[in-house]
Amino acid sequence: MLLHQLFEQSARQMPDKVALVVESKRWSYAQIDRLATQLAAVLQQRGVQRGDRVATFLDNGVEAVVCLYAALKCGAVIMPVNPLTKKDKLAYLLNDSRASALIAHAPLRTEFEHALAHNGSVHTCLVVGGDATTWSDARCLPYPSDAAETAALIAPGSIDQDLAGIIYTSGSTGDPKGVMLTHLNMVSAARSISGYLGLQADDVIVCALPLAFDYGLYQVLMSFQVGATLVLERSFSFPVQVLETMMRERVTVFPGVPTMFSLLMNMKTLREYPLPALRKITNTAAALSEEHIRRLRGLFPQARLYSMYGLTECKRVTYLDPDQLDIRPTSVGRGMPNEEVWLVDEAGRRLPNGSTGELVIRGSNVMRGYWEKPEETAQRLKPGPIAGEMLLHSGDLFRTDAEGYLYFVARKDDIIKSRGEKVSPREVENVLYGMPGVLEAAVVGVPDDILGEAVKAFVTLKPDWQPRPSERDVIRYCLSKLESFMAPKQVVFVDDLPKTDTGKIKKTGLG
Amino acid sequence: MEDIKAKVRAYIMDNFIMGGNAGQFKDADSFMAQHVIDSTGFLELVTFLEETYVFEVQDDEMVPENLDSLDNIDAYVRRKLVA
Repeated sequence: MLLHQLFEQSARQMPDKVALVVESKRWSYAQIDRLATQLAAVLQQRGVQRGDRVATFLDNGVEAVVCLYAALKCGAVIMPVNPLTKKDKLAYLLNDSRASALIAHAPLRTEFEHALAHNGSVHTCLVVGGDATTWSDARCLPYPSDAAETAALIAPGSIDQDLAGIIYTSGSTGDPKGVMLTHLNMVSAARSISGYLGLQADDVIVCALPLAFDYGLYQVLMSFQVGATLVLERSFSFPVQVLETMMRERVTVFPGVPTMFSLLMNMKTLREYPLPALRKITNTAAALSEEHIRRLRGLFPQARLYSMYGLTECKRVTYLDPDQLDIRPTSVGRGMPNEEVWLVDEAGRRLPNGSTGELVIRGSNVMRGYWEKPEETAQRLKPGPIAGEMLLHSGDLFRTDAEGYLYFVARKDDIIKSRGEKVSPREVENVLYGMPGVLEAAVVGVPDDILGEAVKAFVTLKPDWQPRPSERDVIRYCLSKLESFMAPKQVVFVDDLPKTDTGKIKKTGLG
Repeated sequence: MEDIKAKVRAYIMDNFIMGGNAGQFKDADSFMAQHVIDSTGFLELVTFLEETYVFEVQDDEMVPENLDSLDNIDAYVRRKLVA
């Protein structure tokens, strides 16, 4: 089974059912399928071949959904890029993946025009919106309209060992790594997750998560797999607007991250938005505190709350059955269906229940590795019990209770989780070192009520540098280079940073 | 009345130079669609409006019709100040 066939099956079975709602517009399964096939044929005619990478640089909307299935239908690998990404990083991603095509929203032109100017691999850039005559780069073409005549799509001959997606993730080295996922990986994950959540065709799933984030992406994949209706929101910037949509569309499933739930819980008027149809709330990306779990259940007693844990390298790892929330509220549960997880010690030996160790994952959902990064891949993927199979070493420390339920302890690296997104301190420090006047920089995560962790930077300036930059100058500089969730929220200027005996910056004690 | 748009524009220019289009946004442009401000940024913008114009932004006023362009903010702040 290929990833897009999960959707095509639903489209055949229920062509007229509403698949997607964006603002007040609705698309049936048959309409989405037709749009995706048309776009796939356009991509194919432009020279996109089986295995080529098709990057999308889009806000949530119908195009982001159509592009996903179009790329898969022509045998290409989807590569969703967060629209918050800045030009230098976009260029890095396009170059690193050697993407063949890019599909981007016109308002992001400053970023993608710069990235294209520094990239030779992309031969076609389809631009959604904007004035088609103004593109300086000849590779830029308008995104085809629905009415455009297209040639028939030639079946690319994909099999489930082919890559379906490459999703870039922040790494502790500072360079983002492309997580390679096959059709088998993604189909397996979608089936396991939709299975334990009990998603079904009469569900209405609201998604305010970016589709460039795998948690958002899988809302599309799973909704279309089970034949449900996906209500896609552009963002969670205006919670009241999302709540009104949820009421109007009688949403049954609400996936979120702790930052979104914090915003809701801070609203005084939340009770004015009754959601009687809501059946399920899911949380992942960062843990909810016990207090937040209690309040969330009090606010939405009609819904079952799923605490989950995952990583891009295998999509999802664990979930806690809502019936267990009262017994072990801080646990992230156990492995999902068709997956085996256990803890190992430093030597890689399997540990019994009641121990603390690194979480290891075995299953068809485990990635094929990091794109063209064999060393990083070897650190994460290690041989498993059956010849040829690989296990994923998560890099996260957990403990288990007597029944094998997992509790997150710590990360083995120094990655910060802000707004549910991974932030590599090295990536932020690299940007800070590029700022004129900065001598040294150290970036840490500090607790934050809304963000989970906020990024905090400690900076020393070159002695005689004038004019001395302000905190806001540093933040603004970072915002011009980094996705907004990576930019420091606080900057502290110090005379010296603590050092180890070997002269390396020591972060313990900074915060 | 003082120029609300100029003041808010200056605040945005000082604080959210994120997307490359930020410098060119027009009074009617959606901050969200033009990538001038993202979700965290709107929270900071609300704090700025509350502190500058000394009123409280209610939950149900936190909507694009009030906050998602300079024109919308101008009309919203004027309504709040006479209320």
